Amino acid sequence: MVELNAISAIAGRDLLKFFRDPGRLIAAVVFPFAMIFLLGGTLQLNLGKSAGFNFIGFTFTGFLGMTLFQSTAQGLTSLMEDRLNDFAQELFVSPVSRYSIVFGKIIGETLVAIMQVIPFVIFAVMLRVPLTPMHIALLVPVALLSCFMGGAFGLLLLNTMSDSRASNQIFNFVFLPQYFLAGLISPINVLPWYLAVLSLLSPMRYVIDLARGVVFAGTPQYDRVVLLSPATNIVVLAAMLVVFLVAGTALFVRRETNR
Amino acid sequence: MAPVIEVRDLVKRYRKGTVNAVDGVSFEVEPGQFFALLGPNGAGKTTTISILTTTLGLTSGSVRIAGHDVAREASAVRREVGIIFQNPSLDMNLNGEENIRIHAVLYRLYPYRPLFRLMPKAYRLQVQELAGVVGLGADVFKPVRRLSGGMRRKLEIIRGLMHHPRVLFLDEPTIGLDTASRRNLWRYITDLRKQRDITICLTTHQLEEAEDADRVCIIDRGRVVAIGSPGEVKSELVQETLHIDAADRGALRSRLAALQVPFSEDGHFVIRLDGRSAYDVVRSIDQPLTMLRTKSATLEDAYLKLLAAEDG
Repeated sequence: MVELNAISAIAGRDLLKFFRDPGRLIAAVVFPFAMIFLLGGTLQLNLGKSAGFNFIGFTFTGFLGMTLFQSTAQGLTSLMEDRLNDFAQELFVSPVSRYSIVFGKIIGETLVAIMQVIPFVIFAVMLRVPLTPMHIALLVPVALLSCFMGGAFGLLLLNTMSDSRASNQIFNFVFLPQYFLAGLISPINVLPWYLAVLSLLSPMRYVIDLARGVVFAGTPQYDRVVLLSPATNIVVLAAMLVVFLVAGTALFVRRETNR
Repeated sequence: MAPVIEVRDLVKRYRKGTVNAVDGVSFEVEPGQFFALLGPNGAGKTTTISILTTTLGLTSGSVRIAGHDVAREASAVRREVGIIFQNPSLDMNLNGEENIRIHAVLYRLYPYRPLFRLMPKAYRLQVQELAGVVGLGADVFKPVRRLSGGMRRKLEIIRGLMHHPRVLFLDEPTIGLDTASRRNLWRYITDLRKQRDITICLTTHQLEEAEDADRVCIIDRGRVVAIGSPGEVKSELVQETLHIDAADRGALRSRLAALQVPFSEDGHFVIRLDGRSAYDVVRSIDQPLTMLRTKSATLEDAYLKLLAAEDG
């Protein structure tokens, strides 16, 4: 109970910071608008018929998964920012377990990421992506798993960074290739073998594919869009989550105390 | 009474370091004492404080705070200490009260609620009382960005005291503060010591801030080079002197020689008192003086002399 309070306080801080940042709030509306209306709409008009599936739904699920995964991962690097600004000192001298600090950060950044995808869902509904209340209800656990995965991945990356500049460079290096390898806006049903291997190693692929598995379930386009069954994606993500979380937390705690 | 801080043969070598940042430091601090850890940049002060407050692991030796070992009982140690860091550790995106609220929850004092008005009444009263004591008042609800440097330091002190620590570590607490804010802050810390019987462990470059300490420990290159009360450290290293002059210098010189008082001349006569009282020396000089002043040793004099000797 005591640790739950600490986790709530750490998570609440992240959510409060998000709501107090006008830049992030505006971006949370403008970015989905640009991606769904402009990019998705254009792709649908030009390639929708030849591809044989709804490109707006395809880009919606792509950006939904990407935003949940990447926002949480990047949010975890604010532990780096905290350390540089010395707020981390306040966290690390408190009698709270290091694991609670990490979980609090992951929960907080998960809530922030979920706030950021709400406009995506609203725009998708406005553009007649067939989202029923059941779809939206099923997307909630998918979003949580995707965010936890992103948080664990971000935690692991955090241990490779020395400062926020390095953090930006590493993030570009790690995330940009995943946009293509995970099929963010273009299908990856057919890939040369070396890219197929890299694609299978990309955590974002499973996050996006799981979202597509839920949104396209029961439609004739399912087999053209979805790569693996939702059950397979969940098993892979759960395995990656456990490995990244355990390794990331252990490395983080060790690095903080054995400087 | 058992010491509240016990440091024995403390050694710290950083992972990529080639020398020990702290190299066999030992000292004790009694409950309620005002203890000052002094030394030049890179002497190992902040490293020592970081180990004492559990944010850094030690390489060897032992440290006990309020009876708890920092390596094995870190969580218990953290509950006993409050820390004002060298670099402000406030979250600039939050207001003052929100910073305090996170601290209070992390220290297990109150359950977390997302709004101040939803927090338990005892918390709300404690915040308002402490804000009043340090003169922050309603400013405690202002965004931290809009508070002055002095107000931010006070806010950090309120935060550090919320959980009633037995030891308050102050790591360069007045860095970046103007003279008025610095004086104001020290007045508050002095009152606090009287009210709460709290042990204070200070590191500072402002040596006059350590003049009121019960004990000072000077470290250089990771080693203790002097320890004791400010008076003891000063008397070991710097002599108190009497500065006099007269119209008839020849007569004064002869008189001082007759009195067998050691002196030197530097535009006037400088007499080392060596434990004698200035009054007794002046009374024994039976001629008019044109200049009369005493120079008491400061901790800064002692400190500079000590570091010069170490460099030499």
